[in-house]
Amino acid sequence: MLRPLPLLTAGVLAGPVAFGLLGTVLPAFGLLVPEAEMPWAQALSWPGLPRALGVAILSGVLSTLGALTIATLILAGWHGTRAFAWLERALSPLLAVPHAAAALGLAFLIAPSGWIARVPATLLGWERAPDLLILNDPWGLSLAAGLVAKEMPFLLLMMLAALPQVQSRRRLRVARSLGQGRVAGWLKAGFPGVYAQVRLPVLVVLVFGITNVDVAVILGPNTPPTLAVQVARWMMSPDLSLRAVAAAGGLILLFATLGVLALWLLGERIAGRLGLLWVRSGRGLPERRARGAGLLLAGTSATMVLAGLAALAVWSVAARWSFPDPMPEALTLRSWSRFGPDMLAVAGDTMALAALATLASLVLVIGCLEAEHRFGLTLGQRALSLLYLPLLVPQVAFLPGLQLLPLALGIGPSWPLVLAGHVVFVLPYVFLSLAGPFRAWDARLARVGAGLGASRDRVLWRLRLPMLTGPLLTAAAIGLAVSVGQYLPTLLLGGGRVTTLVTEAVALASGGDRRAVGIWGLGQTLAALLPFALALLVPALVFRHRRGMRHG
Amino acid sequence: MLDRVSIARDGTTLLSVDATVAPGEVLTLMGPSGSGKSTLLDLVMGDLSPAFRATGRILLDGRDLAGLPPEARRIGILYQDPLLFPHLDVGANLAFGLRGGTRAARQAEVAGALAEIGLEGYAGRDPATLSGGQAARVALMRVLLAKPRALLLDEPFSKLDAERRAQMRDLVFSRARRAGVPVLLVTHDAADAEAAGGEVVRL
Repeated sequence: MLRPLPLLTAGVLAGPVAFGLLGTVLPAFGLLVPEAEMPWAQALSWPGLPRALGVAILSGVLSTLGALTIATLILAGWHGTRAFAWLERALSPLLAVPHAAAALGLAFLIAPSGWIARVPATLLGWERAPDLLILNDPWGLSLAAGLVAKEMPFLLLMMLAALPQVQSRRRLRVARSLGQGRVAGWLKAGFPGVYAQVRLPVLVVLVFGITNVDVAVILGPNTPPTLAVQVARWMMSPDLSLRAVAAAGGLILLFATLGVLALWLLGERIAGRLGLLWVRSGRGLPERRARGAGLLLAGTSATMVLAGLAALAVWSVAARWSFPDPMPEALTLRSWSRFGPDMLAVAGDTMALAALATLASLVLVIGCLEAEHRFGLTLGQRALSLLYLPLLVPQVAFLPGLQLLPLALGIGPSWPLVLAGHVVFVLPYVFLSLAGPFRAWDARLARVGAGLGASRDRVLWRLRLPMLTGPLLTAAAIGLAVSVGQYLPTLLLGGGRVTTLVTEAVALASGGDRRAVGIWGLGQTLAALLPFALALLVPALVFRHRRGMRHG
Repeated sequence: MLDRVSIARDGTTLLSVDATVAPGEVLTLMGPSGSGKSTLLDLVMGDLSPAFRATGRILLDGRDLAGLPPEARRIGILYQDPLLFPHLDVGANLAFGLRGGTRAARQAEVAGALAEIGLEGYAGRDPATLSGGQAARVALMRVLLAKPRALLLDEPFSKLDAERRAQMRDLVFSRARRAGVPVLLVTHDAADAEAAGGEVVRL
């Protein structure tokens, strides 16, 4: 029963991507969507195309460079200090905050009438909000800033996880004993090894930056929007022939993304050469300034996301709140009684979907890892790249096909299709989170169990899984958070008829009712964060009399 | 009984053993680390990593163990760490290998085992709160309660301090003798081999 699971899991990861790409290629060339006429020509002649593509690439590359730089600086300058421990604690929960909720909060901060602008407005006595296009700026800079704030914690934690494998502490000690400063020494001796470990996550961030829809809808430019947003619009248009145009647009974005990835890989080599020259030159860095900049940038981006969430919370209970008052005139639960019941109902649906997707992923992942343990069945290094496949191929390039191809076979957009789509994106994160602790479990315990007459199934259910309660719950919480954050799969595979917290929150974002946005955004944040709180709390309670079960 | 057993990896022979252990006797395998001692124990347990190839036969009470899954071989194992299951209390650890009987009977067996090692009333304790010597004794009783037909010892005393080591050696060997099971001891400590008093094979 276990043996086919690794292959099945590989199929779950690669199948939808391949199937979806096929389903995107066919309509782009005039098949599958009979109403379409010359989809390529239509997509290519869309007047917004150069700008939409340019802004997407600019914001994607800028945000990746920014997030990587800040994460590197903070790690190089502060790892092992008290400030770092504090920052790590502040950043970890941010990882779980869905992209859309973080973006909504940021929008509340940086809008011309947002919280930040209210500070000079109060001091200088402005009557009206400044007439500046800060939010949704045509160059996508606020979009890039939002992505930096959201992706920096992700890259930082990935790099932290990679540190033990490259023995960075010892390398740094050697470098510093050779007269290098802290930051320069880490960059020269530690960074290349760490980067090699986090390369795939960096590429995931790059692809997401270029091709995401939810953050770009909220923070990105409007006329024209980024290409990914436009593809989603074409897909959701009542004019069915536009779906073929969407497919063509998705492929254009896919090719552009592949081009950027190729350039990025080239850039890695150039950076490597330059780094070598720098090492040979023996020159250092302005250490204090580099450390200061790292702490300032990381602190600012963490504060921005947290303050944004606070803004969502304050708006959800705000009575009258006019510009430029820093706080509302009074607090009220009126908005909650108006929007709360709807939000909670959708939250229930969202969690049900997330729970099923996570459960399916857990079964597949545990099955894979147990098959690896029992039969030595692994797909090797290739399996790891397979895990990243759904994250590295832009969603807008294969999700249209994943809607259109089943549709041609008579399976319309539906709840089960959305569920299947969520599993594709939840599974990699559950696997990455659980694989380490599962493999690190002391296999001698299994032999002791077998020596006591326990079958392999009994060892799995009575020993291994209970002992891994903490990591299992953490993996489940990550799975739930990923599912709660899925915007495009829910929108496209549900055909707009399956609503979750994120689709509602993003739909409301353009409406301008800040109290409603506050409640839905907060609901989405809590839906992602509460499972993490439970994942910490439950093992601590269940095993409160088992000292050997703490810390792993 | 190990009948011309030989383990190879990538075509190179790692070790070859041909020996017989009588019930209640101890066969000691001595050798430096990397000589394949633990691999031999894996083979006897029935959990040899696929990277190795083994030839020869392993017979227990006249029955060939080949093809039997580990849990059906009923071979208990003790490592240098007690490896008590940290999520279960001491009593549940001891009861893990008990089969059949009523709940009350199993509880009585556990209580009896605890009394024998001077740990009366410890059934409800968290294993992480035991001292190293206490945990080692619980691990021994856990293995014996499962009524194994053979016992494997993988450097079981190497992590205990000198005084406890002698006590634990006496306890383990006297228990094994009383249980009347053949014992296979793997060690690099000559004192262990001496205390075991049986045949010694050097690898």
